[in-house]
Amino acid sequence: MAARQALQVHLDLLSQPCRALHILLACTRLPHTVRHVALRKGEHRTPEFTEINPMQKVPVMVDNGFILTESDAIIKYLVNKYDVPDHWYPRQPERRARVDEYTAWHHTHTRPHAAKVFLLEVLLPAQTGSPVEEQHLIRALSQLQETLDQLESMFLRRQPFLCGDDITVADLLAVCELMQPEGGGRDILQDRPLLQRWKSRVRAAVGDAFDQAHAVLYALRDRRRAKL
Amino acid sequence: MAVELYLDLLSQPCRSVLIFAKINNIPHEVRNISLMDGEQYGDHFGKISLIRKVPALRDGDFCLTESPAILLYLAQKFQTPEHWYPADLQQRARIDEYLSWQHCAIRLHGSKVFWLKLMIPEVLHVEVPKEKMEAAVEELNGSLKLLEEKFLQDRPFIAGGHISLADLVAIVEVMQPLAAGLDVFGGRPKLNAWRDRVQAAIGKELFDEVHQNILGSQERVKVMDGSKLEFSKAKILNFFM
Repeated sequence: MAARQALQVHLDLLSQPCRALHILLACTRLPHTVRHVALRKGEHRTPEFTEINPMQKVPVMVDNGFILTESDAIIKYLVNKYDVPDHWYPRQPERRARVDEYTAWHHTHTRPHAAKVFLLEVLLPAQTGSPVEEQHLIRALSQLQETLDQLESMFLRRQPFLCGDDITVADLLAVCELMQPEGGGRDILQDRPLLQRWKSRVRAAVGDAFDQAHAVLYALRDRRRAKL
Repeated sequence: MAVELYLDLLSQPCRSVLIFAKINNIPHEVRNISLMDGEQYGDHFGKISLIRKVPALRDGDFCLTESPAILLYLAQKFQTPEHWYPADLQQRARIDEYLSWQHCAIRLHGSKVFWLKLMIPEVLHVEVPKEKMEAAVEELNGSLKLLEEKFLQDRPFIAGGHISLADLVAIVEVMQPLAAGLDVFGGRPKLNAWRDRVQAAIGKELFDEVHQNILGSQERVKVMDGSKLEFSKAKILNFFM
């Protein structure tokens, strides 16, 4: 029976928060329908999509008519509502607080700083046809280094995962952001064994879902490499 | 046992945490951290928070930063009235949605206007180009519009009929550019009405007490020692300009 799922998510897998949501849905096996929104083609600006989300952003979740934006909120809503393993967003207050702390910090550190590198190396040159603005890129990479230092010293420290002994939604959000510069062929973790080991643990925990979510990003990277 | 709250009331998220603690009679001790004096870089504070940001909470051995996390933790631990963070998943999701969105929207834009309009020219004595100021105000206008049209709509508060953590986090941010002299409420009847409701729900006395410092900013910068901020001047200019 091909029932139309009550849970729908509107995604573009080139978008980091969309990938985090996609991986969570795969890992938790929540029945859902994916509606692809191609940002590159401006599909987020169509009247149909704008009616769903006036902010014209992805991801968007529609659960039995209830529309929700912002990946943190969507992820936390799904974990709270459906029967998923507790480790994703633990109920124990101190463990939950650690995840809330990371997801807040993420917005002002991991997300903007990693995204900026991708923006400068891939998106802007593709959109404008101009070469990469080297000075801006140097500054962005430097800022990203600071953020990676903080990820290692403030969150990871000696723990296997960002918020403790077990993988949480924080790790999904973080890893998807840190993968983004790979679209431009840049591995920002290449000199960071601590974060590399963390990334391997995340990949092992989520299995095939990792590469499946990142297939579009890999394809972009491979297309760019082929042009060189 | 009282929780320790490390705060500087010039900082928006510190204000939301303090209002929440006071309004709910949460046993707490305030430890003032003066950002202007760089106290967040001191050894003692480093032991509380490696992240070195305010607000920070210490509850026994447990230390926490980031105001949304602190507010949620306090709400749960002290079993505050349900309306702050309802059990209803959809209302809760609306609050989480706002708490997530606001970081790179109202918070960022309001802070930027505060620094570009007041602190950078008056304390750092650096001229802010007119276009940058106008662009920052435009961005803030965009965020305020979304606050009204998407997050409030026809509701009295962001999550519905009662004040919640979302309104608390929102109001303190909206007050920041106001403190720099920008008339954020002018020509915005919906925002005005919401502000009145939020103030009434918090209590005018508490609201005014917590905002006293920041609202004195325009006066204070006239006598402020600009050299205090020299150590973070480059970082500030890099970030906002």
